[in-house]
Amino acid sequence: MSLTAAETTELLPAREVQLDRAVRVGLIGGLTAMFIVTSGMLETFDLRMIVDPILSLGYVTLMAAPFAVGYVAGKAPPVLEGYAAPSVGARNVQAGAIAGALTGAIYALYALIIHVLDFSSVFIKLTEQTKKIVTLDMGAGGVLILALVMAVSGAVGGAVHLLERRWKRAVLYSAFWVVMFGLLEVLVSQIAFVRRISAVKELLYGTDAGLTLIGAVIIGGLVFAAYYYLDGRVRAATRRAMALEGQQRRRFILISLGVAIVFLAVLPQILGPFLSEVLDLAGVFLLMALGLNIVVGFAGLLDLGYVAFFAVGAYTTAILTSPVSPKWSPELSFWTAIPFIILAAAAAGVMVGTPVLRLRGDYLAIVTLGFGEIARILFLSDALKPYFGGAQGMLLIPDIDIGPFTIDDSISFFYPIYAFVILFAYLSYALQDSRVGRAWMAMREDESVAEAMGVNIVAAKLWAFVIGAIFAAIGGALFAHKIGSVFPESFAILVSITVLVLIIVGGMGSVPGVTVGALALVALPELLREFAEFKFLFYGTLLIFMMLNRPEGFIPSRRRARELHLDEVEQDAWLAQAAEQDPAPAE
Amino acid sequence: MALLEISSLSKAFGGLHAIDKLDLHVDRGEIVSVIGPNGAGKTTFFNVITGMITPDEGEIIFDGADLAGLRPNQILALGMARTFQNVRLFPNMTVRENVMVGRHTRTKAGVFGAILRTPAFRAEEEETKRKAEETLSFFGTRLVGYRFDQPALNLSYANRRRLEIARAMGSDPQLLLLDEPTAGMNPRETLEITGLIGKLRDEKGFTVVLIEHDMRVVKGVSDRVIVLDHGSKIAEGPYDEVAQNPDVIEAYLGRPATGTA
Amino acid sequence: MAQATTTARRRTRRLNPIDAFLWLIRIVAVVVILVGLTNSLTSGRLSAQQWRDLMVFGVSQGSVYALIALGYTLVYGVLKFINFAHGEVFMSSTMIGFFAADALARSGMWNDQPIVSLFIVLIVCMLTSTLVAITLERVAYRPLRGSPRLVPLITSIGASFFLQYTFAGLFGVGTRSWPQVEILQGSWQFLGFRIVRTQAVVILAALAMMALLYVFVERTRTGRAMRAVAEDQETAALMGIDVNRTIVVVFGVGGAMAGVAGFLWGLAFQTVFFFTGFLPGIKAFTAAVLGGIGNIAGAMVGGISLGIFEQVGPSAVLAGLGVEGFNQLKDVVAFTALVLVLIFRPSGILGERLSEERA
Repeated sequence: MSLTAAETTELLPAREVQLDRAVRVGLIGGLTAMFIVTSGMLETFDLRMIVDPILSLGYVTLMAAPFAVGYVAGKAPPVLEGYAAPSVGARNVQAGAIAGALTGAIYALYALIIHVLDFSSVFIKLTEQTKKIVTLDMGAGGVLILALVMAVSGAVGGAVHLLERRWKRAVLYSAFWVVMFGLLEVLVSQIAFVRRISAVKELLYGTDAGLTLIGAVIIGGLVFAAYYYLDGRVRAATRRAMALEGQQRRRFILISLGVAIVFLAVLPQILGPFLSEVLDLAGVFLLMALGLNIVVGFAGLLDLGYVAFFAVGAYTTAILTSPVSPKWSPELSFWTAIPFIILAAAAAGVMVGTPVLRLRGDYLAIVTLGFGEIARILFLSDALKPYFGGAQGMLLIPDIDIGPFTIDDSISFFYPIYAFVILFAYLSYALQDSRVGRAWMAMREDESVAEAMGVNIVAAKLWAFVIGAIFAAIGGALFAHKIGSVFPESFAILVSITVLVLIIVGGMGSVPGVTVGALALVALPELLREFAEFKFLFYGTLLIFMMLNRPEGFIPSRRRARELHLDEVEQDAWLAQAAEQDPAPAE
Repeated sequence: MALLEISSLSKAFGGLHAIDKLDLHVDRGEIVSVIGPNGAGKTTFFNVITGMITPDEGEIIFDGADLAGLRPNQILALGMARTFQNVRLFPNMTVRENVMVGRHTRTKAGVFGAILRTPAFRAEEEETKRKAEETLSFFGTRLVGYRFDQPALNLSYANRRRLEIARAMGSDPQLLLLDEPTAGMNPRETLEITGLIGKLRDEKGFTVVLIEHDMRVVKGVSDRVIVLDHGSKIAEGPYDEVAQNPDVIEAYLGRPATGTA
Repeated sequence: MAQATTTARRRTRRLNPIDAFLWLIRIVAVVVILVGLTNSLTSGRLSAQQWRDLMVFGVSQGSVYALIALGYTLVYGVLKFINFAHGEVFMSSTMIGFFAADALARSGMWNDQPIVSLFIVLIVCMLTSTLVAITLERVAYRPLRGSPRLVPLITSIGASFFLQYTFAGLFGVGTRSWPQVEILQGSWQFLGFRIVRTQAVVILAALAMMALLYVFVERTRTGRAMRAVAEDQETAALMGIDVNRTIVVVFGVGGAMAGVAGFLWGLAFQTVFFFTGFLPGIKAFTAAVLGGIGNIAGAMVGGISLGIFEQVGPSAVLAGLGVEGFNQLKDVVAFTALVLVLIFRPSGILGERLSEERA
């Protein structure tokens, strides 16, 4: 089929930015701004300075709403085949400004209403402090100023489209990183504290967290320069590295592995105890995420009770190693306990897997969720208290010994955790690229055809469950050793959901994606503990956003990207075409 | 002895008898066409003998083994492979991987081999890959070279049909079931597939059963034609004989109006 | 090579190990339940009156599950998709209903004009949850129609958490308590059963709503359109049915039923906080599966059965087995019921309806 006709015929006029769309997104922006105020985000975020005297995270968030809607409103619709590309110009800015102004107007109206009337018995976050913040503590005048800034912010959002791609990226990323650096003061100050390079820290940050003006300018400038300079070059370098063959390729892989290992070896020493603690936790989640990636990402089985396997690992460790476990207390070391943990996990995987083998995909989600809850309630129950300690949990889980070393603090725990991370990442790659991995993939694509082509569905599903369970159980065991105790509350459904978020944001089926996703989404909230109440709101929003806009994740696997995007459309087009050619209806 | 022997096979969906007391056999080395009007139960017949649907009653003996109670993957392992009327590939797997999945039952590597990358595992993986490429080269240059690493969904419609046949061939079957292999193809491609079906038997030694609507194909390749209507066999024999059979003509065209000749 | 595997194979009727294992589970489950039941019933630990109370409580709890289950069943029937966020649709109505009821109670109208106020609150509840359900459909699910099955499912999980924590953000994480309705204090006697009045209202209201919905789906034009869309969207569209509108109606009706459930929950159990929807949501889904998903009568049967299992099960079975603290294990009983149903009879008690199962 050739579509060369488009080249010869006249192009249709470009589809321009729609102003009525700007009104619609402006309304959404207004609602978002109202939500930011009413949910208490504004007040909580206002306590955190980004650029010390002038800009708090609260106002950044508030202004991000009109900026985002301005950006969306000012973006031209995608260019379809046969249409001319729209020119950029005043119309983009205009649309952005309309959206921003509308957001500002709604905000202003709402701010005035809550300033006059008292809703605090219903919306408990509408405190006096919030009221001060929404008016800049200047009454109606302050509201007006903020609304105007919002309109401008929307216009700026629209104006971003006037920039050439390279500039656009550089500008957006430098703004993003200024905010990130403002937020992550703790990260820099911890490293600076450990390494005694506090001069840099003092230059960048004020006394009260948050960047100084100079700091903001320096970071913004550096990031801008980096993105502007590196644009395209990084990609070219990666492509060159990927294209290496034979001997060279092997050498390249060895060198990068060596660099990575040295980097990991010194990392906790540089970061110090607090940041290592954060990385340890992220590592434990990463172990689970790698396991769930096999179950969901490779085999396509949505398991929502995944935390149960994590709990099995933790409790098995506790029983086997702790001297005070209630009924039976063999006091093994971590290493001798590992084979038993693996066995217990495999048994749990088979137990959960077997009844659900013949079920359709979405039933599986609910049943596994049920299993997860059953496990948690049983661990918590009085009935099994003699074995698992009930609500009091199990204590005194010993440290891990490796030869002469004792793993007992956050810095040393980094090593076993990340050793397992590397092992599991290797296992994921090895399995993906094998007969078993192909069977999983085929099953994910079309279960009944996979079976007709010889794949033993029962075995494939059970293996996925068992391997996933083992990964999570090892994670649970390390977690138990690290904390030194096990409590049923650590194994709530929220953990399962969190792990699911990690692999979806990173990219289902993609090991690097899952890794980055886990590190970012576990470590960041740990560093921003003061905003913990908004963590799950953020996760929920992120899930919806990813599914609507980027279901393949930020760092997708090659395959998954194809699967979840255009190709369904492409395939349907093929089928339609086939049906046209052969009008005989299906039997 | 016949390769495939079916006796009094029945399958009903609710009140509809998709297959009704069907008896038939396929001999080794034959090319048999199954034809019949739409809704005659042809695809259901394939689904039942490959184990994707459980029959209500009847016996299926393939290569001396009773297929009752076997899962589709076990039936494939015995040597019966099929294609689908509406082309069901694994669209996001590469062309080569699709055929490699077809070889699943002819390979053994398990989880431990994959993890430890044992020599046996590597040798088998190499062998699987080589066999897959060899199978693909059966279709000339259409599915080789850079196509090996293309996802199946990037293929043209005709190539998808070819790949589906290759995937079935990959499992080293004795009996190949082709469900409308030329549906949706243009006349030139149809001609090519017709030639190919002959080659499948003559060069590769497969026994072939195909469901087909295009009578030129049926006429061109079949040793024997079986006509189904309402799930039962209404005629059987060489193409020319069957084409003259009044029952068959009636099944396709309806009962001729009385009084007119 | 085709001749390589030509040996005649022995004719064997293989017993699949998986099937064997499932049979083992079935037998063990039946034995355990029977032993537990016999022990409990012969021990005389609870009087007949107490058993009856538990039953009534189970039925009223189950009625609420049944109403929520309708939302799952309708949406699943039409879109083949589990709207995971439906529990939160239910929670939203109880939460907003609380504010309406609280305002009425403060103004004194709650007990002066109980019928009128209850009616007002019921309308508020239904409007809230209908609105939430329709918004969800429009914003989160409609753009995803036709994507791979996991995508909308994951979206609905995201929506579930989004709604929970939105409500936590707006109204705080504390527990709110509906005011008591004076005329519904005390209990009625009925055929030897003592029924607390609120429970009676819950059961009757739920039955009435079910009947209404049944008539709506079976007898009205819109109901017919719903069934047609459930059967085959494309054909329905070709027959001139507005598929999008019909799907909105499906979400709306499911939401309205969840609104009634939220209202009844407020009357019967009073307390509500942002996580209130989670467990009833999962259990209502369980109820829908139990009765046969996609089947409206099934939702009722499944809901009430689940309510009874959950209330009576711990005392009847677990206590008989000598399990300590058996009352903590209510939820375990409910989830085990789900697993057992899926093992014994995946199409549910009454079987799937609305449309045939598509694997």
